[in-house]
Amino acid sequence: MNDLDAEDRLRFEQLVLPHVDAAFNLARWLLRRREDAEEVAQEALLRACRFFRGFQGGDARAWLLQIVRNTCYSWLEKNRPREMMVEFDEELHPQAISTPESMAMANEDRERLTRSLESLPPRFREILVLRELEGCSYKEIAAITSIPIGTVMSSLSRARRQLSSALTGSYDKEAVREV
Amino acid sequence: MKCEFADSLLQGYFDGELSAPSACEFERHLQHCVDCAVELVDLDLLRGRLQVAQLYESAPALLRKKIRANLRPVAAATAKSQPLLWHWLAAAAAILLLAIAGWRVNSMLRSDNYQAELAEEIVDAHVLSLQPGLLTGIRSNDEQAVQGWFKGRLKFAIPAHDFANEGFALQGGRVDLVDERSVEVLVYASTKHIINVFVWPTHGRDTAPQAGSWQGYQWVDWRKGRMEFCAVSDAPRSDLQQLQGLFTN
Repeated sequence: MNDLDAEDRLRFEQLVLPHVDAAFNLARWLLRRREDAEEVAQEALLRACRFFRGFQGGDARAWLLQIVRNTCYSWLEKNRPREMMVEFDEELHPQAISTPESMAMANEDRERLTRSLESLPPRFREILVLRELEGCSYKEIAAITSIPIGTVMSSLSRARRQLSSALTGSYDKEAVREV
Repeated sequence: MKCEFADSLLQGYFDGELSAPSACEFERHLQHCVDCAVELVDLDLLRGRLQVAQLYESAPALLRKKIRANLRPVAAATAKSQPLLWHWLAAAAAILLLAIAGWRVNSMLRSDNYQAELAEEIVDAHVLSLQPGLLTGIRSNDEQAVQGWFKGRLKFAIPAHDFANEGFALQGGRVDLVDERSVEVLVYASTKHIINVFVWPTHGRDTAPQAGSWQGYQWVDWRKGRMEFCAVSDAPRSDLQQLQGLFTN
């Protein structure tokens, strides 16, 4: 981080640091482990700092999340190359629900949602996290993931369908082929 | 057989991303497409479920600390070569950091001076925000525009009210950092003074307003409805108390 002068550092603190939560949250869902997310989020922030001079204003959150995302994917390729190939993680695929009553427990539902979300392919998980947890607009998602807005819409559709299927435990192979 | 719109317009409609004509077109389609109508409900149920589960995970305090630690030493090293203004700003930043450090230690003890110590940090943030070029955010007296700006930038945000008729004209808003958390800041102007109102969620109960001053700036702090408010300005304290009244009513 030696490249930043005091002016840039202040700008960095004001523009980028408010989005550390967003950075961590995206990394946590992409990497599925908090410890890894901490490491990678920190690395991404270092990178953001190094390239901050190249940032000419605009949406700082989208800019940072783009860096976080790329750092996550390159980390996954290096450390868990298998995961990038996996379209749907069978091991993580949640088991069928035991009873509807048990669903009433909020904690249990949180657990189920977590496992279902984690079972989706990274690209689908990412788009759901950006839209549903981070509240990004289609335009922001397109900027972060470098895909056209039309593709954002169709990817969201498939990601939502897969999540619903994973939740009901009736995951069908059709969806896999669509990935 | 699913509807041809399921992968396109339906999603955009659900997410409020369609242009007005496209939304109208889709609504006409909805009137005779049961599949899409059912799908909309399912999407809404799924979203509701995701929201109730609160899956968002905030950054751990230690990570924030590490990131800040990476930034800190650079300030001292580079400030020397900067023009005078930056000496002053670096000093202001140092005060801010000291205030944060001080508050962190004291927060473990939850001393009686909790609000006073926090307010000092907020005064520093207020002073820093008055420097030219450092006020990043939205400059507008339009309540809706200010509120819209906060949406997506903060997980909480109280509505922005313009009290121009009462002498406090809404100037805009920004996101600032207090104790390494993002907080909502509403900016008001009263006669010759700028007033910043810092707002963030709290678990504490409602409290009556507490007032104090720090380095010539007045502050008034209160909690209401699980939110904490701290108004800061070089305006007279009575002005801040009047604004506090407007906020709580």
